[in-house]
Amino acid sequence: MQPSSRTIELVAPAGSLAALKIALQAGADAVYLGLQNATNARNFSGLNFSEAHLRSGVELAHHMGRKVLFAINTFPQAGRVAEWRAAVDVAHSLEADAVIIADPGLLAYARDRYPDMRLHLSVQSSATHADAIEFMREQFGIRRAVLPRVLTLAEIEKLIRQTSVEIEVFGFGSLCVMAEGRCLLSSYATGESPNSHGVCSPAHAVRWHDQDGHLEARLNDILIDRYAPGEPAAYPTLCKGRFAAGIDRSTDADMADHALEEPTSLNALSLLPRLLGMGVSALKIEGRQRSPAYVGQVTATLRAALDSAQADPARFAARPEWQFSLSRHAEGSQVTQGAFERPWK
Amino acid sequence: MFMPSTFPSTLPWRIAAGPLLYYWSRQETFDFYAAMSCMPVDIVYLGETVCSRRHELRDADWLELAAMLRKSGKSVVLSTRTLIETSAEAAAVRRLCAQDEYAVEAGETGAVGLRKGRPFVAGPHLNVYNGEALNWLQQQGATRFVAPLEMNRDTLTQLIAERPADMEVEAMVWGRMPLAFSARCFTARHFRLHKDDCGFRCKEHPDGLALRTRESQDFLAINGVQTQSAACLDLLDETQALARIGVNVMRVSPQSQGSFHAIMALDALRHGRAATPVALPPGMGRCNGYWHAKPGIALVEGET
Repeated sequence: MQPSSRTIELVAPAGSLAALKIALQAGADAVYLGLQNATNARNFSGLNFSEAHLRSGVELAHHMGRKVLFAINTFPQAGRVAEWRAAVDVAHSLEADAVIIADPGLLAYARDRYPDMRLHLSVQSSATHADAIEFMREQFGIRRAVLPRVLTLAEIEKLIRQTSVEIEVFGFGSLCVMAEGRCLLSSYATGESPNSHGVCSPAHAVRWHDQDGHLEARLNDILIDRYAPGEPAAYPTLCKGRFAAGIDRSTDADMADHALEEPTSLNALSLLPRLLGMGVSALKIEGRQRSPAYVGQVTATLRAALDSAQADPARFAARPEWQFSLSRHAEGSQVTQGAFERPWK
Repeated sequence: MFMPSTFPSTLPWRIAAGPLLYYWSRQETFDFYAAMSCMPVDIVYLGETVCSRRHELRDADWLELAAMLRKSGKSVVLSTRTLIETSAEAAAVRRLCAQDEYAVEAGETGAVGLRKGRPFVAGPHLNVYNGEALNWLQQQGATRFVAPLEMNRDTLTQLIAERPADMEVEAMVWGRMPLAFSARCFTARHFRLHKDDCGFRCKEHPDGLALRTRESQDFLAINGVQTQSAACLDLLDETQALARIGVNVMRVSPQSQGSFHAIMALDALRHGRAATPVALPPGMGRCNGYWHAKPGIALVEGET
């Protein structure tokens, strides 16, 4: 048995205090969370933390020797920068272990105001190569960068060799087919985007409608998908809708397919020894909008798998029960290793 | 040597042609820019910003176009790629940012750093939404920024009010809007091809490939790894308002038809003349929703 000298920090989503508790119980090394406003990229109603819940969440995590990472990762809007700065102030006063930020103006504020605060570069800043990441380190002293889900394992490995900044990658969860921070599709359709409002395909713009037995899912009245009777329906995230292309408009209703992306989930379980070997510092689970049950089961599964990979990377095998447990939480029925392995290449 | 372009103070704005986002043949591209050299356009952005597999024009060809356009009196800016996925692409950004013969438009953060304080234009995908970010960009050398596409009249007015002194403002006013970038190629996907063996099918779609909903509403357009609006942004009626809030440069994003008309319309308008209507490529609609604080896809008519 050859235990790995390296470890990967398991970072779990916490959309609520309940999810935070269950993530810590399930073995997360860190949780990430956000305030109940537009300062973070999961600004969904009923989600996220009041200051009182934040306080008890941080206390609990620190009591257990774990970390809390504050996502303040939308772009401060002109005239309202104070709201984002206030979120940084709250994170500091509650002794957050790090803040996850995308905007250089806000990074400058955090660096100048709280020089001791640990800064993570958010995936929303779309820093995909060493020149970008090292530049942000020189400018702001960032300690970690979260990589957009666009790089292959080979490119991630090269990148890690070229930077002293810790690298965090997504390991499980719903897949954004677009590069994070580089997508305005939601505001094109609804007026609200991840960059500006911290939302994508917001629930208030969704309408479900039964049309002669066919279920229609609309986003701001735009038909994102239509389902035949008995066909499983998915939330109308607009890049996952069915659309038609080509000259003949008369067949659009029938010829439409998933032109951008089918509903799939990322699952890097079987890649853990390679991620470990190349020096990835942290593995992130997507899904602050998901239930505490999702958070608990996915975190526990990845905890077990990571422990196994770290104990003996050469002999690691993804156990069927782990894959089964994760597949139950996958969006749609498909699971992919995404850009890591590029099946579409 | 890069020289900041001189701004004719009598005119309310300059006109820019954004980088060509599509994959046209070498001949079509050279013809397009030959015609561009005769247009009343002040600034021309050049280079392949979408897909590094596209090879009809090599670096030397782009530089040839740059020299030709400069000789015609245009201010030439070389644009860097927006989404960097490989070390080869990162190396290309490094080369482009190291030169000082032409100005540079930074497509992403890496390019900003690689300018090492030398002048550059901050591109539309850098996500500049507040004055602090603009201050930081100016410290890095930015002399102008292109506003994010999704800003509306009020938020852009506020952003411009917060900008540091001497920072110029550019806004896209015409063309299909580049909305999203991906590691995946949607054109290849549409033709059931692999990205690395794509057959360069995007060459068959000089304005991208429109996507419609299942009830035939025009929605998006796919252009390789880029997703665009199916509708053509048209803020030509809003140029006086844009100039009033401080926009110095109006950007036309090239399409296969209408780009030169849009440029001539902008020129007519800045000389106080009426603009003639701009013919769009067949089947393409218009939109201007973002400016009016509505979804980008919306078209608000009759307001100025």
